[in-house]
Amino acid sequence: MNQLLTDTLHTAPIMGTIVLALVVILINAMKKDSLALEYWVSLIGIAANIGLAVWAFPLRGSAFAGTVMTGGFASLTAAVFLVAAGLTIILSRAYIEKIGVNFGEFFHLILMGAAGMMTFAAGTDLVVTFVGLELMSICLYALAGISRRVHKSNEAALKYFLLGAFASGFFLYGIALIYGMTGTTNILGIAQNIAAYKSEPLFLVGAGLLLVGFAFKIGAVPFHMWVPDVYEGSPTVVSAFMSTGAKAAAFAALLLVFTATFDFIHSSMNTVLSVLAVASMLVGNIVAISQTNVKRMLAYSSIGHAGYMLIGITAGGDVSMAGVLFYLISYMFTNLGAFGVASIIENAEQQGTDLENFRGLYYRRPLLAVLMGVFMFSLVGIPPLAGFFGKYYIFVAAIENGYTWLTIVGVITSMISVYYYLRVVVLMFFQAPEEAEAPQVTSGGTIALLVSAFGILLVGLFPSIVLGWMGGLF
Amino acid sequence: MLTEFGKALIFIILGLVFVAGGLLVAKILRPHNPTAEKTLPYECGEDPIGPQWMRFNIRFYVVALIFILFDVELVLLFPWALVYSKLGMFAYVAGALFIVILFLADFYLWAKGDLEWIRPEPNVPRLDQLVDHMPLRVKGATPPAASPVATSE
Repeated sequence: MNQLLTDTLHTAPIMGTIVLALVVILINAMKKDSLALEYWVSLIGIAANIGLAVWAFPLRGSAFAGTVMTGGFASLTAAVFLVAAGLTIILSRAYIEKIGVNFGEFFHLILMGAAGMMTFAAGTDLVVTFVGLELMSICLYALAGISRRVHKSNEAALKYFLLGAFASGFFLYGIALIYGMTGTTNILGIAQNIAAYKSEPLFLVGAGLLLVGFAFKIGAVPFHMWVPDVYEGSPTVVSAFMSTGAKAAAFAALLLVFTATFDFIHSSMNTVLSVLAVASMLVGNIVAISQTNVKRMLAYSSIGHAGYMLIGITAGGDVSMAGVLFYLISYMFTNLGAFGVASIIENAEQQGTDLENFRGLYYRRPLLAVLMGVFMFSLVGIPPLAGFFGKYYIFVAAIENGYTWLTIVGVITSMISVYYYLRVVVLMFFQAPEEAEAPQVTSGGTIALLVSAFGILLVGLFPSIVLGWMGGLF
Repeated sequence: MLTEFGKALIFIILGLVFVAGGLLVAKILRPHNPTAEKTLPYECGEDPIGPQWMRFNIRFYVVALIFILFDVELVLLFPWALVYSKLGMFAYVAGALFIVILFLADFYLWAKGDLEWIRPEPNVPRLDQLVDHMPLRVKGATPPAASPVATSE
């Protein structure tokens, strides 16, 4: 009994978020008029849960018989997902009213999804990892199709659901094969005897199938075909949450499962990872050039960014782990901001996120254009913004570990990406404004975007603080 | 020599052989003499009414969802009951939390009114509604002789 209490306390951010999600859905069930109460309860609850995550940070260890990690890595990732969920909720308040899906369940699903992400990233038992993955995915399937009357949204939800369920099947089959070879699903238990299984074909097949499941969730080429359609069709704030939270969760879990414990450094698995990285960087960045829709362009760019982060995972070692985590934090702020601007530009029919709609935005909404400029420059990786240091740490770690050729590909593809990111900036600032009316900006949306931009600057100007949190995490 | 997976493979192959062999032997032995009655779909011996690709009422969908809710609860409570004696209080609290969360889901359904069995309201035709029905008529079709009012418009 005492054990149960201690375990619950040490996994407080996860438990707290689940309780918060349940409270929000109960408020929604009992109160039918406005969403204000759900909105504020969600925000205050998220702030409290971030506090819990900070409080639990020094409590390194594991809970529930070694199935969930506590403190350190788990707290850091939990805080990242909670910040992403909070910013998404602030951005969505006005957005869901604009597109007419103002259901209280929206907040509930985002919170439950965040709880799933935390479980996904903190699970040290493959079964717990899978439960977290499914909790996260099911919430996102529902969120993707929440605007029921828009065909593109339906298409996005169905596509995401069918392909996601298929990928979950691969993931589960991988777990089954690994369990068949090792007799345990605990990552630490597998890691102890890794030398015995390292060259067993069935174990490698299992690890490969697991990798397919992860590669689907992070949207790495060749498992990327769902990304553009789903990000374009889903409501924009949901795309923001998907591209930051879900991607960060999948990367955190991949980091935990594949590098911190499986120890595949300099083995055949690294060749596979580097192929995925190169393919993602090339396809994502080159196809993004020809996109005319900003949401679709950001989707392809997120494929490219998955490629950069895969370099860090391929290189392995403590420096690149910290680099990947740093990249996740900077990417979270940047992409939430970029999708947030797109959600404000968008009209009530969930259209109007083409490049044309950004033409001359500076003359209509100066603040919005300046913020979008910051996000675009951070995505390119211009110092002193966060995106630069993310790429810098990953590339340095890759060179130190002897993956110079991967770094060269990374630098070339980020040169390519400059074109399509800066095209948005050029359209906003140096082109005559369109006759279109200025988009409605609410105070909540402005605050969320300012927080994102501030986060980018803070992380970019003081990277040593963020890196300090990651000291000795692995 | 054989791993655990090898045994499973043999089992799968044997299963396939049994099914395929049974079908093949039946195909060779049985007489082929279909009649109209034999090819009818079996509906407990009654004559089937209407096509089989019928639409189910959407209300059954809600019932199915609620069924899933309690079905999953039962499936997960069976293994819980098996280890209950070993884990004691820990298992009791964990199981109680699980049931409480499921109850919340049930409460949500109830409060949202999804448990209401909405009856279809009979649509009694009234005189002021007749005008709305006019455009539904096929163009060019001869109007019924009993309604001279409609033709005069």
